[in-house]
Amino acid sequence: MSEDTKKFMYLNRRAPYGTIYAWESLEVVLIGAAFEQDVSLAFVDDGVYQIVKGQDTGEVDMKNFSPTYSALGDYEVTKLYVEKESLEERGLTLDDLMHLTWEDEDEDWAEKDSIRLVSREELAKVMEGQDVVFSF
Amino acid sequence: MSELHTVNKSPYEKNSFDSCIGYAQAGSAVLLFEDGVYAAMSGGATEAKVKAAEGVKFYALGPDMKARGLSVDRVIEGVEIVDYAGFVDLAAEHSKVVSWV
Amino acid sequence: MPIEVNGKTLETDEEGYLVNLSDWEPAVAEIMAKEDDLELNSEHWDIITFLREYYEEYQIAPAVRVLTKAVGKKLGKEKGNSKYLYALFPYGPGKQACRFAGLPKPTGCI
Repeated sequence: MSEDTKKFMYLNRRAPYGTIYAWESLEVVLIGAAFEQDVSLAFVDDGVYQIVKGQDTGEVDMKNFSPTYSALGDYEVTKLYVEKESLEERGLTLDDLMHLTWEDEDEDWAEKDSIRLVSREELAKVMEGQDVVFSF
Repeated sequence: MSELHTVNKSPYEKNSFDSCIGYAQAGSAVLLFEDGVYAAMSGGATEAKVKAAEGVKFYALGPDMKARGLSVDRVIEGVEIVDYAGFVDLAAEHSKVVSWV
Repeated sequence: MPIEVNGKTLETDEEGYLVNLSDWEPAVAEIMAKEDDLELNSEHWDIITFLREYYEEYQIAPAVRVLTKAVGKKLGKEKGNSKYLYALFPYGPGKQACRFAGLPKPTGCI
């Protein structure tokens, strides 16, 4: 990455289907990934519901876009921060989330975890280090 | 006359669920749908509130739970899962519907 | 403009992409290619099939650079470059191949 690479964080705070925010965020991330910046996603508050596994919209006539999160690694978006407090407040654990990975080309496509479980305090520090934070 | 209260917002994002609980009298029913179904999940902040609402019967819309990856065996004890037809039946059985949006 | 495939009229958007993904059949690709003066061979079909599988798994059409890398990994390094892909699909491997494959325009294509 060149030295004018900027650090972009997408802050996701909404549940996936009640509003359009989650899907719009994902689309913007995928489009923005073409600019080869240092991109990370943060899942906070109801945003953690976006990556809950086992989503099946067959009976509600909406597009199930949860499989698209698995494509983020292909778009070189490999840092997905999940806030621990938000999970706990909702009775969720890491096991309730999809197993999202990316493949490291420099290490013979070794599969690595994309999700990083962090405390609010840790995430606040990561956020502080960003150039831009986009909110959805 | 018994009422059916409906909540379609996440209890963690809006206070619709809390307000609804405050108004739901014994003998009435609460139906959770769309993002409201998150309130039906055990282990979260809503479990104690659901259990404390004496004489109030809770329902959650199955298709909305399934869409969100919420497993039926994780719902709070006493919450009944209904389908769309069940939603209609509930509305018909009660004298009026109060929506907490 | 709608296209005629095996006696059926299929709806497309203003850029020629199928409106309903479920309308697709191999003949759709053949007819669209013919309109672009292309004859599809097995190498074209490898890419079209790959795109359809990618969409099935991830629910999006991949951006060109994502496609390029993924093709290199799956079909061999010599094919995972834009020169090879542009030779097959002169109007752009993302846009043209996705259109033949019955997918929407790639997400992240600028």
